[in-house]
Amino acid sequence: MLRIILTRCLWAIPTLIVVSFISFVIIQLPPGDYVTAYVAELRRGGEYLTDTQVELMRQDFGLRDPILWQYARWITKILLHGDFGQSFHYNAPVSSLIWDRLGLTLLLSTISLVFTWGIAIPIGVYSATRQYSVVDYVVTIFGFVGKGIPEFLLALILMWVGFSWLNMDVGGLMSPEFDTAPWSIAKALNVLEHVWIPIVVLATSGAAGLIRVMRANMLDELGKPYVETAYAQGFSERQVVWNYPVRVALNPFISTVGWALPALFSGDVITAVVLNLPTTGPLLLQALKMQDMYLAGGFILILSTFTVVGTLLSDILLAWSDPRVRLG
Amino acid sequence: MPPIPMANDMTNFPPERLLDLRDLAVTFATAEGPVRAVQGVSYHVNRGEVLGVVGESGSGKSVTVRAIMRLLARNATDTGTIRFAPDGEPLTLSGQPRDSKLMRSLRGNRIGMIFQEPMTALSPVHSIGTQIARTVLLHRGGSKSAARDRAAELLARVQLPNPGEMLDRYPHQLSGGMRQRAMIALALACDPALLIADEPTTALDVTTEAQILDLLRGLQKDLGMAIVFITHNFGVVADIADRVAVMYLGQVVETGSVDDIFYAPGHPYTKALLGSIPRLGAAKRHRLQTIQGMVPDPYHIPKGCPFHTRCDHVRPGLCDVTAPPVFSPRPGQEVRCHLTGGAA
Amino acid sequence: MTDTSRAESHFTASARTLMWRRFRKHRLAVVSLVFLVACYLAALFAPFLAPYPPDKIEKLQTFVPPQMVHIWDGGPAWPFVYELKRTRNAETARVTYEQTDKKIPVQFFVRGAEWSVFGLGTSDLHLFGIEAKKQKLNLLGTDSLGQDVFSRLLYGARVTLSAGLVGVAFAFVLGLTMGAISGYYGGRVDTAIQRLMEFIRSVPTIPLWMGLAAALPIEWDPLFVYVLITLILALISWTSLARVVRGRFLSLKSEDYVLAARLSGASQTRIITRHMLPAMTSYIIAAMTLAVPEMILGETALSFLGLGLRPPVVSWGVLLQDAQNLRSVALAPWLLTPGLAVVLVVLAFNFLGDGLRDAADPYGQ
Repeated sequence: MLRIILTRCLWAIPTLIVVSFISFVIIQLPPGDYVTAYVAELRRGGEYLTDTQVELMRQDFGLRDPILWQYARWITKILLHGDFGQSFHYNAPVSSLIWDRLGLTLLLSTISLVFTWGIAIPIGVYSATRQYSVVDYVVTIFGFVGKGIPEFLLALILMWVGFSWLNMDVGGLMSPEFDTAPWSIAKALNVLEHVWIPIVVLATSGAAGLIRVMRANMLDELGKPYVETAYAQGFSERQVVWNYPVRVALNPFISTVGWALPALFSGDVITAVVLNLPTTGPLLLQALKMQDMYLAGGFILILSTFTVVGTLLSDILLAWSDPRVRLG
Repeated sequence: MPPIPMANDMTNFPPERLLDLRDLAVTFATAEGPVRAVQGVSYHVNRGEVLGVVGESGSGKSVTVRAIMRLLARNATDTGTIRFAPDGEPLTLSGQPRDSKLMRSLRGNRIGMIFQEPMTALSPVHSIGTQIARTVLLHRGGSKSAARDRAAELLARVQLPNPGEMLDRYPHQLSGGMRQRAMIALALACDPALLIADEPTTALDVTTEAQILDLLRGLQKDLGMAIVFITHNFGVVADIADRVAVMYLGQVVETGSVDDIFYAPGHPYTKALLGSIPRLGAAKRHRLQTIQGMVPDPYHIPKGCPFHTRCDHVRPGLCDVTAPPVFSPRPGQEVRCHLTGGAA
Repeated sequence: MTDTSRAESHFTASARTLMWRRFRKHRLAVVSLVFLVACYLAALFAPFLAPYPPDKIEKLQTFVPPQMVHIWDGGPAWPFVYELKRTRNAETARVTYEQTDKKIPVQFFVRGAEWSVFGLGTSDLHLFGIEAKKQKLNLLGTDSLGQDVFSRLLYGARVTLSAGLVGVAFAFVLGLTMGAISGYYGGRVDTAIQRLMEFIRSVPTIPLWMGLAAALPIEWDPLFVYVLITLILALISWTSLARVVRGRFLSLKSEDYVLAARLSGASQTRIITRHMLPAMTSYIIAAMTLAVPEMILGETALSFLGLGLRPPVVSWGVLLQDAQNLRSVALAPWLLTPGLAVVLVVLAFNFLGDGLRDAADPYGQ
């Protein structure tokens, strides 16, 4: 077990180096750079810069240096000082920009993840043990519809319903008048009134897929002989189902549970954009659109690091839960 | 000899009897219509006796024992009487729902069961020790460490090497024969009065098969339990059984002691099956016999005697019209055939 | 048919016939197939079916609500619509439309804007339309610029629906190559490709798409951007196809009939092309069908965020950009109809894919 963890961890190091370099290259990919985007924006506002001014800006930002040099400078600062550089657009340190939004992002995605799992696993199991029952049909339809409706559309529809039919103030995290107000019961209620839409949207789309997978896995497992063996030992249906096939059916899940980590960090970008939530997603979108290099790069780096760590975590969890993996 | 009907006295349950089936019928509801997998099976097992149930695949032998265990698929319905007397008074199992308290207290406790596929019949994510200890805890209670000790004792009993170490092994680390031994240990966890073995050696190679049969015979002698041993292999039956029931298309066509069946088979099907066993030292140039035709599909079971479509001695107008009654050529042997009784 | 002959025809039928029989049992899948064929035909003949060009701006007909076509007027009647009267609310300065009693008949095969017939020539024939001075026939209403949503939906279908197919084609090439390499060579190559696939699959899709899509410069030719967007979608979704191909390759490799072919001296190429690939096609087709909706959702999501296709290109994602603003949705809920179209098409592809997958399984019921 320890050996597996160690080798996996060692594997992660070269992956991380490659990934960090690729992140940096990706943000360099678009022709033009932040200055181009910045000049274009100024022009839209009716201002013009001379070529010399533009060139000076480039040199100021260090955009004229060779790419490997830029990468080395960037990564050493991150590793040694935790300094992700400066956002050109917001003119603020990248780390503080991300940090400001991370709390809410993690909170929202964790709540919806817990909801998703809490709902999806029992329903998937129940639906599989009662195949072709009414509940199973309802669940199957829900799974299909949930797969067909894009999250942003669901968010739009819920917003429209909340706004036009329930006369609610939707969008954002709270009504503007509470923005600067100190925490109070009224403010908390107001937040709750706003936050149900993203949670419903995220949990629904997540649960729909998860239920399908869980149901299919369970149907596979329920047909296997070891389930009959367990019944032949005198266990009740509930004991059999939850102790045996569910344990096995959960393994494919466990092997992807680490993937939740990067997803937790980025939140659901589209839903957040539609609902105008102050999470990390819209910030990333903005950074990418503006070619705000260090902000976007920092984002992509954190995201890919989380991905590598998440995969690592999954592997270890799977080895822990499945003896066939652990003992080869 | 006049025909004697099979015992039909419902109250007749001699004290030496452990398990008694009367007119068991099982029907599966499928999309293509009902399938009558078992139609009127009656047999019994006495205490400490090994009953071999022989038949081709699809003859209903596995379905019959699943009806005893009350573990039939959800689309199955069954009629008939199943009585089981593990400790004195007979209990009526027929009609018990799948998840009933009585059945749960019997399964794994008074009735143990071993399956055909040792590869997949044990949970892949639990250690052997855990699986056995769980059954012990369920029926006997006590502490976890006591259950674990019991598991180690059982593993030693089925002659697995290093039983203490085996406790923490997982099924995928064991060979097929070792898994089947572990499976037997699991079935014996609570000293059952009846062990149902559903083709326990079919998936194993010949040497391992012989070892497992040896083991089962030894355990049966030591523990004094009864065994219902299901197989399609007459050779295996000769090795282990005291009495034999031969099944064809959901019916028992012949029962009798092992000697009677082998030396004086009454039913043409039994004769044909015995004729199709290759023998060492048989006369040279002696062609191995085969049974003509194919097993009819379960949707279209022939009228009259189910075997008449393949029988060499078929009498048109009789065999394909009326179901044959039961004849008893000698005490303890019963044959379901028009010809054996000499009737015309 | 008697029982025996039915059984016999079952035993002698070719694999394809059996598959078709199993597929036909999935009524939902068959309905989905018909629906999708209709959708693609509608997209193909969009200029003829759409009464107006997609970019025709009508400043005086903004946010017109969907119009009902009536075929009952105290008795069966020639299809007609009521004339609309445009009024401006003095207080809110908002334009509203009211139905008058005047009926305008719907006409068929009318002359309208010219369109190019697959590059062969031009035509100005449209399936239907109305002749009225101040009004147009807007089956699904109009948007903030007075453009006909129904016409735009049809033109958008061309881009969105084809993007799904083109993307899958890219993914197919990538997935088949990588999956076959992985499954056939095994060993280190397999491990490396497996790790790569795992990594791609574990990155959250939308941010990854966004990162790549943002790399596309705004000023490039729309057609080129379209190809690149589909390529980006394919870069991520090839993994699921590769998984299917690899899995099938691995399981087929150990099948007895492949071993038999090898023992009887068949060449490597012959084994792969004559024995293994035919056994895989149905699985691949099913997997591809299930990949199309992913592509469509991906295109829609990216365009919706403003990172994919941009106006003047019309795709369903671009159309949904108009619905991003809560006020417009509240004012004109019909702007969400492209969303409905996305849902229907995605569902249909999923049902079809499921039906195909079940039909492809020779051991299935």
